[in-house]
Amino acid sequence: MPSFDVIVIGGGTNGLAAAARLQGAGRRVLVLEAGTQVGGAAVGPEFAPGFGRPALAHIVHQMDPRVMAGMGLARHGLGFVARDLASTAVSLRGDHLRLDGVLGADLHGEVGQADRAAWAALRAQLLAFAGVLAPFKAVVPPRLAKGVGNEHLRLAKLGLAVRMLGKANFRELMRMLLINVADVLNDELDDDRLKGLLGFDATLGSWLGPQSPNSLILLLNRLAGEGAGVRGALALPAGGMAAVAQAMVRAAAAVGVEVRLGSRVESVIIEADRARGVRLAGGEEIPAGLVVSAANPKTTFLQLVGPRHLDTGFVNRIRHQKSRGAAAKLHLALTGVPDFRGADLRSRLVIAPSLRAVENAYNAVKYGEVPQEPVMEIVLPSAFEAGHAPTGQHLLSAIVQFAPHAPKAGADAARAEMLARTLAVLEAHAPGIGAMISHAEMLMPYDIEARYGMVGGNWHHGELSVEQMLFNRPLPGAAQYAAPVAGLWLAGAGCHPGGGISGAAGWNAAERIIREVRA
Amino acid sequence: MRVDPKLHYHAPLLQTPFHLRTSVANRLNQWGAWAGYTTALAFEDEAMEYTAIRNAASVFDLCPMVKYRISGPDVVAYLNRLTVRDVGKLSVGGVQYTIWCDDAGKIIDDGTLFHLGPDDFRICCQERHLPWLLDAAFGYQVGVVEETEAVAALSLQGPCAATVLAAAGFDVWGLKPFRMARFAFGAGGVMISRTGFTGDLGYELWTAPEMALPLWDALFAAGAAYGIRPIGSHALDIARIEAGFIITNMDFIPVHQAVREDRSRSPLEMGLGWMIDWQKGQFNGRRALVAERDAGGGKWALVGLDIGGNVSAEGSLLYHNQKTEAGFVTAAAWSPTTKRNVALAHLERKYLTGGNLWVEIYALRELQYAKLMVPVQIVERPFFNPARKRATPPGRF
Repeated sequence: MPSFDVIVIGGGTNGLAAAARLQGAGRRVLVLEAGTQVGGAAVGPEFAPGFGRPALAHIVHQMDPRVMAGMGLARHGLGFVARDLASTAVSLRGDHLRLDGVLGADLHGEVGQADRAAWAALRAQLLAFAGVLAPFKAVVPPRLAKGVGNEHLRLAKLGLAVRMLGKANFRELMRMLLINVADVLNDELDDDRLKGLLGFDATLGSWLGPQSPNSLILLLNRLAGEGAGVRGALALPAGGMAAVAQAMVRAAAAVGVEVRLGSRVESVIIEADRARGVRLAGGEEIPAGLVVSAANPKTTFLQLVGPRHLDTGFVNRIRHQKSRGAAAKLHLALTGVPDFRGADLRSRLVIAPSLRAVENAYNAVKYGEVPQEPVMEIVLPSAFEAGHAPTGQHLLSAIVQFAPHAPKAGADAARAEMLARTLAVLEAHAPGIGAMISHAEMLMPYDIEARYGMVGGNWHHGELSVEQMLFNRPLPGAAQYAAPVAGLWLAGAGCHPGGGISGAAGWNAAERIIREVRA
Repeated sequence: MRVDPKLHYHAPLLQTPFHLRTSVANRLNQWGAWAGYTTALAFEDEAMEYTAIRNAASVFDLCPMVKYRISGPDVVAYLNRLTVRDVGKLSVGGVQYTIWCDDAGKIIDDGTLFHLGPDDFRICCQERHLPWLLDAAFGYQVGVVEETEAVAALSLQGPCAATVLAAAGFDVWGLKPFRMARFAFGAGGVMISRTGFTGDLGYELWTAPEMALPLWDALFAAGAAYGIRPIGSHALDIARIEAGFIITNMDFIPVHQAVREDRSRSPLEMGLGWMIDWQKGQFNGRRALVAERDAGGGKWALVGLDIGGNVSAEGSLLYHNQKTEAGFVTAAAWSPTTKRNVALAHLERKYLTGGNLWVEIYALRELQYAKLMVPVQIVERPFFNPARKRATPPGRF
């Protein structure tokens, strides 16, 4: 039996990125994936006959450039059908607002001159802020202590870059960093469609409404990511999101990473306070010098490691790490071409008519209820390329917010209610769409948890919010990818810098392991 | 006995189940607050009470000690993770003095752990810890129940303690130190452990609150011929200093209560490293303590001091070479039995060797402080360590 230096638990994008980076540095790496395919949120199961397999994620906007280049994903077949996907703020009246270019460089639609000018200024400011924050995604979060191996020089450079924004902009960044996105948008803009779309984007995948404190930083974080090599841009992979997973698998295999499917890790073997390997659900034990968990941090510590190997305070903190998912995923098989009152189907369609609409949708989940009128972002991959749906038919993929992760009404009733209300909103915006549905699937946060192992159904494997970012992610004591147990490392989205189809957390973890642990 | 929690303000201090007896015996009417109870500081004569501890038999009401019942199939694993000693080595009927730490290896509290029965333990300690004990139970099949008010406890200490118990009908001759046994006594009986806080021959008696007064009466009837006396905490404090025992919130601040970051202490710093079982596997604070041990054992060291002269040094600062602050005294007393001026002190570890240590005592003499700079010697604890503490069977009187 071959022996491995490193076992990576979880074959999602971060697990694959960490594995490839480590193998590339000369470590022998085995990836253990519980499911029948690797790729994590970039893949999904069979949906409807004749249709593609929609993944949980449907847009690339956080792809780590180091992963793209370092794994040679383009070389391994990753292409894009859209590198700079436009967004359409869909209006009930048909007066859509279309944002072309990175973060709406060009606005198409009826917008007043004052708003256009204000948007140009705000957009430039947001992109500038996102620009200086972006490099922080690629560093190991510093520890707030002396002599703990912080990358002082690198951090100082990044800090200096922030300061180099200039006095006025720096002051504005400090003012705005922890502010709520609704205040910023209401200060600067009038157009409800634009504000609704930006407020939606800021809170997408979070447990925050636009008026919640600290919601702007999530928009900045989103804009700090890259689609297909362009910061702040949205990209659609050719062949669907699974193409990202396929390219990553090929890249990992090319450097020699071994992947085993259907291998659910039951526990990390710990002897003399050191991780020595893993035990699979079937009882098989696989030894390795290092264990890198790209699984959920709560799952990793509370189940795979277990409280008995951890301190009580640490267990407390991981138990109380917030991980509420509020995004549902809708997949529709459509027998025809939906008509969103003329909106371009080759753009991202956002139904979030105003900040108030987003906030109202959020209010419901605070009380474990399904919102009356959910807000959503829609992508029709079949509008961009063949292969996603039979000719003349369409696959609709939508992220619908906000969905309760622990509904008062019960799981099945809430799912049915969420589907009905989402379809009602869709019908209002695209009359006739309901009659085209041949197959529908609504994944509530708890369904996402069951399918993807994301605790609470939260995409980031732990809420991405300011108090759970950087050195607080996933929690103090494990924020530098090293777990308290020697030989055990974290590499998943639960770590800095969080989720999205990215690989950044896995790459960061691998970099630190290479630096700190001898082969 | 249980007071409606909503009406707590009617009785800011509770009375212990022995209050009907202690209040009559307290001729000095000296009371102090202890863990929410009113307890006697002294009854009649502090010196006589101390003398009873060392020469006869003394009775101390220790009901305010906080008690938790911990039981369940995982209780040994739970306690091994909670505390620093190996609980697996504690057989049924055994008692362990132990401590428990937070993640950083700082002491939360010390206490005694009683192995009452299979999968059944009691922790007896100074401060309240229910949230921590419950948090620590995550992942273990154990139940944690606070039972402070459900148990009445007395401490019977002194060279005549075993004789008094025998006279009261409790045959404890075969009971070894840190062992306990159950005895018939009215409804529910009484559990007697050979434990105490005086460093002398002594026992602690645990019973139901309803049996508190009959137990008191039985002991005093049996002990009358042996000079039995109720004692207050002042007399006990002298005895415990002679025994070198520390008290939570007097000799160290529990980490959960410390406001200043540098006030908490590790077991290594409190001279309790001997009780840590490094081999038993994970326990709370282990990783931090391993690092601390390997780095030399922490900034502080708890030491016993023999101080020149006879002026007690409570709260005094220690100096190296009469100039540099080196630590501070947390407990001090003129020891009547050893005829020494002794103290417990936190000393910066770097001054452990090399001598030249001094204590600056502010002696109050008719409203005026006289400043004394007195040389001190680090000496072994306990300051007083009689063979009768360990002898089984103990001597008869």
